[in-house]
Amino acid sequence: MNAEDKRKIKIGLAEMLKGGVIMDVTNADQARIAEDAGAVAVMALERVPADIRAEGGVARMADPLKIEEIKRAVTIPVMAKCRIGHFAEAQILESLEVDFIDESEVLTPADEAFHVNKDLFKIPFVCGCRDLGEALRRIGEGAAMLRTKGEAGTGNIVEAVRHMRAVMDGIRRLTILPREELMVEAKNLAAPYDLVCWVAEHGKLPVPNFAAGGIATPADASLMMQLGAESVFVGSGIFKSEDPPSRARAIVMATTYFNDPKKVAEASKGLGIAMRGMEIRTIPEGQLLQVR
Amino acid sequence: MSDLNPLAASISRTHEAPGAARRSDSPERVEHAPIAPTRVRVAGLLALQGDFDLHRQAVQNAGHHAVEVRTVEDLESVDCLIMPGGESTTMRKLMHLGGLFEAIPEFAKSKPIMATCAGLILLSRGISDRRDEETLGLIDCTVSRNAYGRQYHSFRKTGKVRLAGPEGDFEMVFIRAPRFEEIGESVEILGRLDGEPTLVRQGRILAMTFHPELSGDGRIHEFFLTGMT
Repeated sequence: MNAEDKRKIKIGLAEMLKGGVIMDVTNADQARIAEDAGAVAVMALERVPADIRAEGGVARMADPLKIEEIKRAVTIPVMAKCRIGHFAEAQILESLEVDFIDESEVLTPADEAFHVNKDLFKIPFVCGCRDLGEALRRIGEGAAMLRTKGEAGTGNIVEAVRHMRAVMDGIRRLTILPREELMVEAKNLAAPYDLVCWVAEHGKLPVPNFAAGGIATPADASLMMQLGAESVFVGSGIFKSEDPPSRARAIVMATTYFNDPKKVAEASKGLGIAMRGMEIRTIPEGQLLQVR
Repeated sequence: MSDLNPLAASISRTHEAPGAARRSDSPERVEHAPIAPTRVRVAGLLALQGDFDLHRQAVQNAGHHAVEVRTVEDLESVDCLIMPGGESTTMRKLMHLGGLFEAIPEFAKSKPIMATCAGLILLSRGISDRRDEETLGLIDCTVSRNAYGRQYHSFRKTGKVRLAGPEGDFEMVFIRAPRFEEIGESVEILGRLDGEPTLVRQGRILAMTFHPELSGDGRIHEFFLTGMT
């Protein structure tokens, strides 16, 4: 298979996941709950981000046994996270045949300067971003899907909103710049010139753009979809809430019917207590995940 | 906008050296002259989940209108329905919740439906390896899900299709794709890969295991929209 085919097939799976909800799960039971609720994929993890945040220490790729247990439990795609720049973890995840790899800031980075060369892999990668430049650098490295970083494990949507608006504003800005300004714009964004030109011409990213990092309610999902997300990841928001199956179903409903407030209202009724959540300003700077 | 398919465009932008000439034998992209359809159809895109946005582009490239279908009421104003690729388990749940699971068979009595991948699974008579998963039973065939394996085994290969004219090549992209198991006698096989059926028609329904919306070749959409609708 040539490079173009490989890339098309990787982005192809990302396209299939649009309009859906990808849920973090830590065992087979949770994976089944997610699938029954209508998740389009699950993210197999050792600990959800809220626990990673609470417990501290180095967060690594999940145990392969755990990933295999979750793969056996469901028929929907299974994703798993590797540390930023940890291409050996990525190779292991590819050998386990997970369907998507998240090179994630939620885990402790293995390389503070470089990300994985994602073009070398047959399996697609998703990466986090906070603005357009970061998004285009990851696409340049071979990412087949982007997601906002938000601030994982907080149940607080404010950072995901900030990042989605930054990406979408960056895209809108490119579409009105005259062609002769794009090279300097690429320099300012620290992004590949050909990708900057593509975005300027098409008014969107060349790969699907999802939301993540703080989604805890159906209304959060609707908000992110209306801001331009094409799907949502829900990490701690489901299994750190009082009634995970109901909340999972409700967020699936709200993602499909994001533009219909009556349906989102219906989905939001009687879900019990959402995850408690955190005010971002109370997090010491050294513990922010998004700056990784 | 000259590019038919944003994916194909992004791919060539990303990987082509500046100024490099495209290989003349490249099968990746088929250019079409703009079409002026005799009658503009309104295609409903089942938009519960999946790659319906790519189908929208294919419909628009063929000169027709596309509207999103999420509710039973949305179905009333469309001439035909396209059921996209995605996750069949998710779509089934949402179809039940919104009443579309009952409304689509009713719709199929008078209007045509095109389905790719997950859409085909939902239209089939049953899933051979998952008997418990309910399907609409609008095509007399059974399928097995993810039959080629996980995403690692997804691929692109050139197969053969026979649409309005003689048999020709068609670039087929398979993403965690299903396979046909049993096919009833009333079902016509219109496309194959290495001899194995990949595209079928039964009356007003056209369904396939691959994704023409991903390859940027609009012939199957055109056949459905102008030949069947």
